[in-house]
Amino acid sequence: MDAMLQLESLTKRFGEFTAVNGISFSVSRGEVLGFLGPNGAGKTTAMRMVTGFLPPTSGTARVDGYDVASEPIAVKSRIGYLAEGAPLYEDMTPVELLGFVAEVRGIAGADKRKAIDRAAELINIGPVMRQSIGTLSKGYKRRVGIAQAILHDPDLLILDEPTDGLDPNQKHEVRRLINEMAENKVIVISTHLLEEVEVVCTRAVVIARGNVVADGTPAALEAQSIYHNAVTVRLDEAQAEAGRSRIDALTEVDRVEIVGGGELVAFPGEGKVIVDAVGAALKDAGIGVHEIRVERGRLDEVFRRITTAA
Amino acid sequence: MSSSLAICKRELRAYFTTPLAYVFIVIFLALNGTTAFFFGGFFDRGQADMQPLFGFLPWLYLILIPAIAMRLWAEERKSGTLELIMTLPVSTTQAVFGKFLAAWIFAGIALLLTFPLWITVNYLGDPDNGIIVASYIGGLLMAGAYLAIGGFVSAMTRNQVIAFVIGAAVIFLFMMSGLEMVMGIFQGWAPPLVVDVVRSFSFLVHYDAIVRGVIDVRDLIYYLAVMGVFLFANVVVVDLKKGA
Repeated sequence: MDAMLQLESLTKRFGEFTAVNGISFSVSRGEVLGFLGPNGAGKTTAMRMVTGFLPPTSGTARVDGYDVASEPIAVKSRIGYLAEGAPLYEDMTPVELLGFVAEVRGIAGADKRKAIDRAAELINIGPVMRQSIGTLSKGYKRRVGIAQAILHDPDLLILDEPTDGLDPNQKHEVRRLINEMAENKVIVISTHLLEEVEVVCTRAVVIARGNVVADGTPAALEAQSIYHNAVTVRLDEAQAEAGRSRIDALTEVDRVEIVGGGELVAFPGEGKVIVDAVGAALKDAGIGVHEIRVERGRLDEVFRRITTAA
Repeated sequence: MSSSLAICKRELRAYFTTPLAYVFIVIFLALNGTTAFFFGGFFDRGQADMQPLFGFLPWLYLILIPAIAMRLWAEERKSGTLELIMTLPVSTTQAVFGKFLAAWIFAGIALLLTFPLWITVNYLGDPDNGIIVASYIGGLLMAGAYLAIGGFVSAMTRNQVIAFVIGAAVIFLFMMSGLEMVMGIFQGWAPPLVVDVVRSFSFLVHYDAIVRGVIDVRDLIYYLAVMGVFLFANVVVVDLKKGA
């Protein structure tokens, strides 16, 4: 049993409404899973079932082989969890809060102090350790939330929107931290920031309306994009129309769009690579090219297409 | 168990890091003094006992205990920290017990701070200290039972004001079931068994017995049973309403 986290037909209904509709996947050590979906897709509900906060209507979630329904304590002690919005006791200071979490997790004495110091250092909250959490900025609150999740060095780290509300520098910090920790753990992050998936995730699972609609590496997702291997060229605006007809004449090219400002996008035919052909065609026609680039694919376009499909 | 203690410690600290604890203790002591001296006729009675204080205690508790209990769960639900605590490796039972224990210890501290009156009574006269100890135990048990009810009600809502009002109302019903007025409603027609059962639900009946200095096992069992039942109900409600 390699899978650290295993979901089998995990389902949650609230009355008539099905929030999570039988999702199954498993995640192994070393993977950083980006859990994507539009708001209301069921990400948070799924995470709440895995962490034992909500009981599933049917199906199972296993962590390290333990079923969360029958052995919730074993599961919870293996998970570090940052809940949506990073709820914290605002009347406590970070050092008190981390102390409390350590005690509940059975970490005491010198180990407790070591664990707190380690988490505080990793997540860079040293300067505010003795300020009441209610007075901290959103970024610090989020980081205190992450610190309590990694306090016991868990095998499975589940972070619900870890970078929400952080500035670009803090986002970078958190992503660096996730990359650092990824080696021996399973990290699941929910997000709707697609650039985050590209930067930190080794795998992306997309859900929409409670169902898994895509599961693969970020690169594989990008390859589904209509922009995958498309070529963007920038010409003089006056020559844009001439360039368009030249490129359009190529057999490998499916169609060409003028974006404006002299920019054209050429979409390849099924599975074709067209960058050389496009470059040569323009050169032959004596049209000056200011810029040419191959698109890898646009995650946001794929995301929109697969999460809004009927 | 250690998880319960960690939660208990956190809760106790939460009482004392907010003004709640100090406001509560000051008002509790002020009202205790007022009722004991003005309404209870502490001096005029010419008796060295603490009856003026313990006689009014159930009524003070009716208002003040729901004020301690109302935040226990409602606040966690409102601020979302319920998700934090319930995804730590702690069972709902441990969490309920830890929180209850903290509130009970806090109520106990407030009650023990009435000790100057005890000293005064001993200074002025020669009271039966056994009865006074029994009365403190009775007060503590009553506080525990009220808190269990208040905690249970607090788990049902995210609004502390609602938790307070409903908590006080439920406690009031339990108190009233022993009063002559209420007994009168039943005595006319109901069989004696029903009358006895209704009466036996009353906080006041059991409390009065203890305050007279007689700690009967049945009265102890009554209070422990009330706490047990409502703490159990508290666990059930927390589990049911977690995600709602």
